[in-house]
Amino acid sequence: MSTFEFLLQGMLVACQPMNLLYALIGVTLGTAVGVLPGIGPALTVALLLPVTYKLDPAGSLIMFAGIYYGGMYGGSTTSILLNTPGESASIVTALEGNKMARAGRGGPALATAAIGSFVAGLIATLLLAFIAPSIVKLALVFGPREYFALMVLAFVTVSSAFGDSTLRGLTSLFIGFALAIIGIDQQTGQARMSFGVPDLLDGIEVTTLAVAMFAIGETLYIAAQGSRAPDKVEAVKGSLWMNAQDWARSWKPWLRGTFIGFPIGAMPAGGAEIGTFLSYATEKRLTKHPEEFGNGAIEGVAGPEAANNASAAGTLVPLLTLGLPTTATAAIMLAGFQQYGLQPGPLLFATNPQLVWGLIASLLIANFMLLVLNLPMIGLWVRLLTIPRPWLYAGILLFATLGTIGANPSVFELGMLLAFGLLGFIMRIFGYPIAPVVVGLILGPLAEQQLRRALAISQGDPTALVMSPVAAVLLAVAAAALIIPLILRARGRGQVLAQLAASED
Amino acid sequence: MKHFILGSILAAAIALPASAADYTIIAPANPGGGWDQTARSLQTVMQDEGISSSVQVQNVPGAGGTIGLAQFASQSAGNPNALIVGGYVMVGAILTNKSPVSLADVTPIARLTGEYEAIVVPASSPIQTMGDLVEALKKDPGAVSWAGGSAGGTDHIAVGLIAKAAGVDPTKINYVAYSGGGEALAAILGSQVTAGISGYGEFESQVKAGTLRLLAVTSAERLEGIDAPTLKEAGLDVVVENWRMIAAAPGLTDEQKAAVTADIEKLAKSAGWQEMLKTKGWQDTYLSGPAFQEQLAKDISATQGILKDIGLVQ
Repeated sequence: MSTFEFLLQGMLVACQPMNLLYALIGVTLGTAVGVLPGIGPALTVALLLPVTYKLDPAGSLIMFAGIYYGGMYGGSTTSILLNTPGESASIVTALEGNKMARAGRGGPALATAAIGSFVAGLIATLLLAFIAPSIVKLALVFGPREYFALMVLAFVTVSSAFGDSTLRGLTSLFIGFALAIIGIDQQTGQARMSFGVPDLLDGIEVTTLAVAMFAIGETLYIAAQGSRAPDKVEAVKGSLWMNAQDWARSWKPWLRGTFIGFPIGAMPAGGAEIGTFLSYATEKRLTKHPEEFGNGAIEGVAGPEAANNASAAGTLVPLLTLGLPTTATAAIMLAGFQQYGLQPGPLLFATNPQLVWGLIASLLIANFMLLVLNLPMIGLWVRLLTIPRPWLYAGILLFATLGTIGANPSVFELGMLLAFGLLGFIMRIFGYPIAPVVVGLILGPLAEQQLRRALAISQGDPTALVMSPVAAVLLAVAAAALIIPLILRARGRGQVLAQLAASED
Repeated sequence: MKHFILGSILAAAIALPASAADYTIIAPANPGGGWDQTARSLQTVMQDEGISSSVQVQNVPGAGGTIGLAQFASQSAGNPNALIVGGYVMVGAILTNKSPVSLADVTPIARLTGEYEAIVVPASSPIQTMGDLVEALKKDPGAVSWAGGSAGGTDHIAVGLIAKAAGVDPTKINYVAYSGGGEALAAILGSQVTAGISGYGEFESQVKAGTLRLLAVTSAERLEGIDAPTLKEAGLDVVVENWRMIAAAPGLTDEQKAAVTADIEKLAKSAGWQEMLKTKGWQDTYLSGPAFQEQLAKDISATQGILKDIGLVQ
């Protein structure tokens, strides 16, 4: 059967009324949590995970994918209107988008974000459908040493993306590594750093750490600021729609953003944020209106918004073909697959084609649903943000605690949630980025296990790590990714990255 | 919208704990795994066959089942309605994790199902028979890498026993642990390792597709419908069965224990359970009473021995 036939068959699966309903619930929830700062798609999927194991795999995974896409859509709204990025991938959007909103051009900014996300989501999902199966064929070439090289690449891209203070980024990453060591070591079966506490034998739960660091830490931070925190919603003034000039200036950034975001999302080390940085930098360099950058240039909204949605689809490529989670949401979706005894990876397309193609097809449908949901409802989303802060954050606290207890009814787990929440709060106060901690906890053990497997297979010979062409190329790319930002920074072009890192929420 | 989200989460949270149950079965693993599936199958059949009007399954995952076991032993003592699913993996995990709670702290009732291990190589491998593999192992144990499940688990124990039976030092085996069956399978299919070992079910479709070569199974007799010799036929005196059992709480009276045993026997003999075994592809290895106790004691001491030989337990 050709890819096209598989996709049509997938459409049939996705178009079953129940699956359409799950997709609708997913995109609605996703947009809502994307709009609300502090709650992201990862948390939402984590909270829903225990609730869904009675549902059939196709339905719940379709819903999760809808949440994922929806979150990428919704994140832009708070960035633009409140200068408070709902998601880390929307940080760049705030730079130009909020300036546009202050100038009374919030309508066109939201519109170019929504349509750009749609265009990017559409193209990237089609790329996922047609390119992912061929990547599957390459996936079996990946052994422990190739995976280890991939992990090295991931660490380099993540830590070099944290702007002017690589030291702070690396500090956060190593906190994540330290936490990752806790628990039973897979290769020897021995407990490490568990100090005789049975609850620690299985290590730190990624979702507990992520929820604590982001939701609890953010809440404490906002509470600590008290009434000093700025809290002013910009009304949408003027036309809600884009004029001819807006369209003319938007379509190229949409396409460029898509083709930057997709491969970076598909790169197991990419993630959505880096794509948005690169897209912003590209648009800034290519624009015919350089004077508008920094004062509300529509290209600076259109490009990064397209890039973050394209990378959302890109992320599904390594998840589905290699079983490799590259974002927190993907990591939780992986847990979702495993909950049904499905192992994403080289064989998923062969063993569960109906599920995979149903998922891909429903992404296309979710994308249409999102456009329909977002364009007319821009006005309504704005009103959601008028919820008073105490109510909003009390709700977030309740939500986070309930989610953690629901996933693991244990007092110890709740204690860890609060302790990591405090850690997140302290890190925020001292300006350390939060995301690398979670990345370290997810990727640290993967890198360690792959390295030790590779060395076990080569019987301790470290040169085996670079003897495979794939691994050698990946390590070379990692070296380049480490050196190029240093050169750029030396030439004074790292200011964008530095500025971004400073405003990371 | 926020109210809707909170409302739905609250509703879901309230809906999770069910009302009073005749039996509560602890599945000491995450949803989806073998123990969880066993517990949920028991739940279905016990309710359908009228053995119990209400059965609830609770997942307490972690550390090879020892976290669930510890919680069960301390919280359910004397409760005749509490059950826990367990198995051979637990025997090894108790030893390697130095678990303060062991199977002696609960009341094992009966063995229910089991699965045998299979040893495979990629179809492109020069190794044709189990004899070839043993030959390679004798020549250089470190050069033969084995992909299987977590360290100290059934797969690892089986490799240790094979090495020992072949006269190779079990501490020299090159065992590469993977977390999931699929992950190990990808490594074997990609010829990243010399051989792979796991439950036969993990490899079945690949063996049938001809991408993996099945060298041997770890049963005492040849298995129906599986075209492979036993390890005994290959000259290795090794039998490994990855069995699953059901246990009751500690501190039960003899009457309570007899009542639970009778319910489980009724279940094991029921048409519904036999049907379930067929659907899931599980072997019926029902064994209860003194015979089960004896086999359990034998397994525990043998496991202790081989884990010491491999070097995972001091």
